[in-house]
Amino acid sequence: MKTASKPPAALPPAALGVPEAPRSAGRRTGGPSRRRLADQFRAYAFLAGGLLCFALFSWYPAIRAVVIAFQKYTPGSGGEWVGTANFTRVFHDPEFTAAWRNTLTFTVLALLIGFAVPFVMALVLNELRHAKAFFRVVVYLPVMIPPVVSALLWKWFYDPGAGLANETLRALHLPTSNWSNGADTALVSLVIVATWANLGGTVLIYLAALQSIPGELYEAAELDGANLLQRIRHVTIPQTRFIILMLMLLQIIATMQVFTEPFVITGGGPEDKTVTVLYLIYKYAFLYNDFGGACALSVMLLVLLSTFSALYLRLTRSEGEDA
Amino acid sequence: MSTRTLISPLVLARPRGRAVYWTVFGGVVLLFALAFLFPVYWMVTGAMKSPDEVTRTPPTLVPDRWHLSGYTDAWDLMDLPTHLWNTVVQATGAWLLQLVFCTAAAYALSKLKPAFGKVILGGILATLMVPAQALVVPKYLTAADLPVLHTSLLNSPLGIWLPAVANAFNLYLLKRFFDQIPRDVLEAAEIDGAGRLRTLWSIVLPMSRPVLGVVSIFALVAVWQDFLWPLMVFSDTDKQPISVALVQLSQNIQLTVLIAAMVIASIPMVVMFLVFQRHIIAGISAGSTKG
Repeated sequence: MKTASKPPAALPPAALGVPEAPRSAGRRTGGPSRRRLADQFRAYAFLAGGLLCFALFSWYPAIRAVVIAFQKYTPGSGGEWVGTANFTRVFHDPEFTAAWRNTLTFTVLALLIGFAVPFVMALVLNELRHAKAFFRVVVYLPVMIPPVVSALLWKWFYDPGAGLANETLRALHLPTSNWSNGADTALVSLVIVATWANLGGTVLIYLAALQSIPGELYEAAELDGANLLQRIRHVTIPQTRFIILMLMLLQIIATMQVFTEPFVITGGGPEDKTVTVLYLIYKYAFLYNDFGGACALSVMLLVLLSTFSALYLRLTRSEGEDA
Repeated sequence: MSTRTLISPLVLARPRGRAVYWTVFGGVVLLFALAFLFPVYWMVTGAMKSPDEVTRTPPTLVPDRWHLSGYTDAWDLMDLPTHLWNTVVQATGAWLLQLVFCTAAAYALSKLKPAFGKVILGGILATLMVPAQALVVPKYLTAADLPVLHTSLLNSPLGIWLPAVANAFNLYLLKRFFDQIPRDVLEAAEIDGAGRLRTLWSIVLPMSRPVLGVVSIFALVAVWQDFLWPLMVFSDTDKQPISVALVQLSQNIQLTVLIAAMVIASIPMVVMFLVFQRHIIAGISAGSTKG
């Protein structure tokens, strides 16, 4: 789950939201048109490198995904139009249903576990007056550990033989679990890894949001006789509602693209219990050499996730205008 | 003095409040140590146990005997110098190219008023809406056979560098920063006879140090942590970055050696974090406060 995971994914919403500064009116007037042409040429010289990379690796692939989704595509020899055959073939793959079911379950579980935990953590940390820097560094440490290392580390913890997870349960005289090897527990096990690895960023963002709540609101609530839970419910949550919503959308977008954890820890198993949509895309492309099928799946994922992204951008923008 | 939070300072000052506070404080320290520091400790020391000890039940908290051979074996057997070097090359190149191309493009969009500038910016911002991972397959096909040129970027660091430049978020961050630089400053430079490049280099960039720092950290971390894209780009084992190599080699290698390699792979990012933690944490926190 690349949630508010790594720094780049944790899009500071505000950065996207603030309206543009007004351009100073008009271009410098009076220059002969030759001068203007030279200006344009220079501007495009500065733009060229970046523009080329965007064209090649963002715009072109986006168009191509849609094109290839309707083709039988072999690298090197090009594509041949097949209509919606890729979609129907992918649709009838039993793994298709499993992948979507797993991805959606993963997202829901990640929201349940990976959402409540950081919020409560931030709430508690915000009340502590000592060792603040220590808490911030420690909670963010797992985020800086490469995701592949986190995944391998937890794979070792989950080991049914000498894994730390079962050893701890045994020491506490609790029943052991199959963790990532059990059909019922595998997906939850992966959610735990993803939550552990990524919650640091979310906690820090919540913490900042909590600190921006004016203290007078709590004072007023207290004077009105609100107890601790009522203050959380009527002051803290409404005041951070916007950030909560933003992070929830970002987390949905990120968790629906989960790949590293199932690939490294479970390999999609047991059976098809942890195959995710992105994993299935990878399989179609690199195991079955079926790029048409992979692109058909990509387009489906793209359409779904772009809806969430559009919602996210819309919300950040309107909030920026209100502020 | 910190501002008022959920719990009033008055309540905390009472004896009962103070007792509850220190209990909670202790609990959180313990929880954080167990949840976040202990796994790291377990990894670092696990690599120093003997192969027998690491699989023993019940496990030992402190290695019976400390072995460094896990680390040295990982270094040699898993060819870590090569993979670490590959990662460094990929991350540095992606970082430099991103700084050069994104800065230039952001400067052009912000200050040089190119024709269709708004359309281009819109196109760039639109890519923020497209989740990156959903496009890896067509991106892979493009990298495998570039249009017009018909060359392949697979197994070449360029396959990491060039796609990294297409980072709408960093470009927008830079553009937003440049927008805040008053025109007068740039025009003054122009009157003094400075060209566009000179103005960018000697006026704009020195003023932009904070945002360049943020972009640099984002760029480096992103490449170092990425897995799926390098997994696709580098089929050639000698070219793989450490993240891909770790997974490929994890199947048939002794557990202590693998754990040691995991620790080594984490060191660069963790060190960078500890050095720049103030900036990194401030950057993440600042991003959230609206307006």
